[in-house]
Amino acid sequence: MVDPLAVLNAVVAGVLLGGFYAAVALGIAIAFGMLDIPNLAHPAFVVVGAFATWLLNSHFGIDPVLAGFLMAPLFFLLGLALYRLYHICFERRGEASLQGLAFFFGVLFITEVGLVLSAGADYRSVSAPYIGASLSFAGMVLPGRMLVPFVVSIAMIGLLHRFLARSFTGRAILAVSQDQTALRLMGVSPIRIKTLAFGLANATASIAGALLIIVEPVEPSIGRDFIGRAFAVVVLGGMGSFYGMLLASLILGITESLVSDMWNPSWAPAIAFGFLLPTLAFRSGGLLGRKL
Amino acid sequence: MTNLRFGLLGLALIVALWLAGRLVTNEYVFFAGYAVAQYILLATAWNLLGGYAGYVNFGTAAFFALGAYVSVAVNKLFEPPLIVLILVGALASGAVGLAMGYLTLKLRGVFFSIATLALAIVAQAVVTNWEFVGGSSGAYLLRPTAGPWGGSYVEYLFYVMLVMAVGAVVLARCIERSKIGFGLAAIRDDELVGEAYGVPTLRLKLLVTVLSGALMGMAGAPLPFYVAYLDPPSAFNLAYAVNTIAMPLIGGASTWVGPVIGAVLLTAVQETAMVTISSAANLMIVGLLMVLFISLAPNGIMGLLRGVRSRA
Repeated sequence: MVDPLAVLNAVVAGVLLGGFYAAVALGIAIAFGMLDIPNLAHPAFVVVGAFATWLLNSHFGIDPVLAGFLMAPLFFLLGLALYRLYHICFERRGEASLQGLAFFFGVLFITEVGLVLSAGADYRSVSAPYIGASLSFAGMVLPGRMLVPFVVSIAMIGLLHRFLARSFTGRAILAVSQDQTALRLMGVSPIRIKTLAFGLANATASIAGALLIIVEPVEPSIGRDFIGRAFAVVVLGGMGSFYGMLLASLILGITESLVSDMWNPSWAPAIAFGFLLPTLAFRSGGLLGRKL
Repeated sequence: MTNLRFGLLGLALIVALWLAGRLVTNEYVFFAGYAVAQYILLATAWNLLGGYAGYVNFGTAAFFALGAYVSVAVNKLFEPPLIVLILVGALASGAVGLAMGYLTLKLRGVFFSIATLALAIVAQAVVTNWEFVGGSSGAYLLRPTAGPWGGSYVEYLFYVMLVMAVGAVVLARCIERSKIGFGLAAIRDDELVGEAYGVPTLRLKLLVTVLSGALMGMAGAPLPFYVAYLDPPSAFNLAYAVNTIAMPLIGGASTWVGPVIGAVLLTAVQETAMVTISSAANLMIVGLLMVLFISLAPNGIMGLLRGVRSRA
C-alpha cells in the first residue's frame, strides 16, 4: 500500500526540484525560445557558474547565492561576446542551423574539458547555514538545500518576466522574437537587442550555477544531465513562454521525484525525453506556446 | 567514374590492405587500423544525414552503443557468427532511427537535433538498467584467440570493419550522385522550395535517417569483441558524438571525401596526442579544431582546397 504522506512528500520535493530546473532552463527559454539560438552549451555554463561559486565560497566564505549574483555581470559580458561571435560566423552568413548547432556543441565540449583540465574531475560542494537545515510542516519536510534554490529561482523568473513585460528594452526583446523587420522599422537594431538578450540569458547561468551547487555536489560533466531536461522543458512549455516553461519544469520535477521515490532513481534522467518526444510529435506548440 | 568502377576500386583497396597486412607482425597496427576504419564508417554514416541533408544528429553514441549492446545480448543468447550480430545491430539501430525520424523530422532540424541529444541520455538509462547485458557494472566478453581464417581475432575484426567502412563510403558516393542525393541537397539548401518542387522531403529524410542509424549500429556491433569489456559510460562516451560530427565538418561535409579525410586526420591526431600528452587534452584538441573549422572554414578542408584551386 502506498503511504499518502510519502506521496505528498515526493510531490513537494518534486515542486522544489522543478523550481530549480526552471532556473537552469530560463537561459534556454530566452536564447532558444525567444531568439532562436540553440545554445546547447548553456548547461555547461551553468556548471561553470557552479565552479565559480565554489571558488568564491571555499576561498572567501561568500554565501553561494550572493556569489551567483556577484558573478552574473561577468557572465553577461561573456554572453555578449559569445553572441557577437555566433552572429558574425553563422547568423550573418545564413548558416545558422547546421553549423550553429555544431558550434554550440563544440563550445559545450570545450567548456567541459576545460573545466576538467583546470579544476579536476572531482565533486565540489559549498557550505552555507541553510544547506544542512530543513523546515518541517504538517509532516512534510522541506530541506533548505532545495527550498532556497526554489525561492531564488522563482524570484529570478518573476523579476525577468516583469522586466520583459514592462521596460522598453524588455518589450523590444519580446518583439525581436516575433518580428525582426518590424522592430527595425521602429528604429531599433535587432542585433543589439539580441546581443543584450543573449547576455541576460547567459547571466542567468551564473545564478543557476550557484543554485545547482547548493542542490547537489558538482563535477564538470554534470551539465549534460540538464541539456535534455532544459530543452524538454522549454519545448513542452511552449517556445517563448516563461510561464509555460515554469509549469513544464514543475511537471518534470514532480514526475522525476515520484519515479525516483516510488520506483528507481536511475530512470529519472530518461523522463525528460519521455516528455520531449510526444510533445514534438503531437503538440509542437507545447502547453502554452505558439505552434512551431 | 561510374559507381561500379568506384566500387571495384574500393574492393581493390581492401585486397591491397589485406596483402599488406600479411607483412604486419605488430598487433597494434590492427588495433589502430580498426579505430580508423570505425571512425570512417561512423563519420560517413553521420554525413548521410548531417552533411547531405543538413540535419545534425547528436545521438551517434546512442545508435553506436545500441548496436554494441544488442550484439552483447544476442551473443549471450545464441553465439551466432559476427556477421549475424552486425546485421542485428543494424536492424535495431535502424529501427530506432525510423521511430525517432518519424516522430521529429516533420519539424525544423533543430528539434530533431535536440531529440537525438536526449535520445543518447535515455538510451544510456535503459542500458544501465538492463541487467542481462551487465547493467551499470558492464559486460565482459571472451574474445576468441584466432579469427576464422587464421591470424589473430583483432586482425579479423579489422578486416570486417574495413569492409564495412569501404562499403559505406561507396554507398555514400552512390547516394550523393543519385536522385536521392540531389533531393537531400535541396532539403539542405531550402527545404520549403524543395518541397514545392515536388521533392518527397519527409520520405528522403526518413530513408537516410534509417540508413545512417543502421550503419552506426553496424559500427557498434563488433565493439564488445574489440574492447572485451563494455560498460555504459564508455559505450555512450560523448567523444563518439563529438568525433563523428567534427570529422565530416573538418574534412568537408558535402562530399563523401570529407568524412574520410576528417576521420583519418583526427584519429591520427588523437592517437599521437594520446601517447604524447593526455587523454583530456586530446579531447580538447578535437573540440577546438571543430569550433575553429566551423567558424573559419565552414566547408572544411575540401572547401579550402576548392578555394585554392579556383583562385589558381
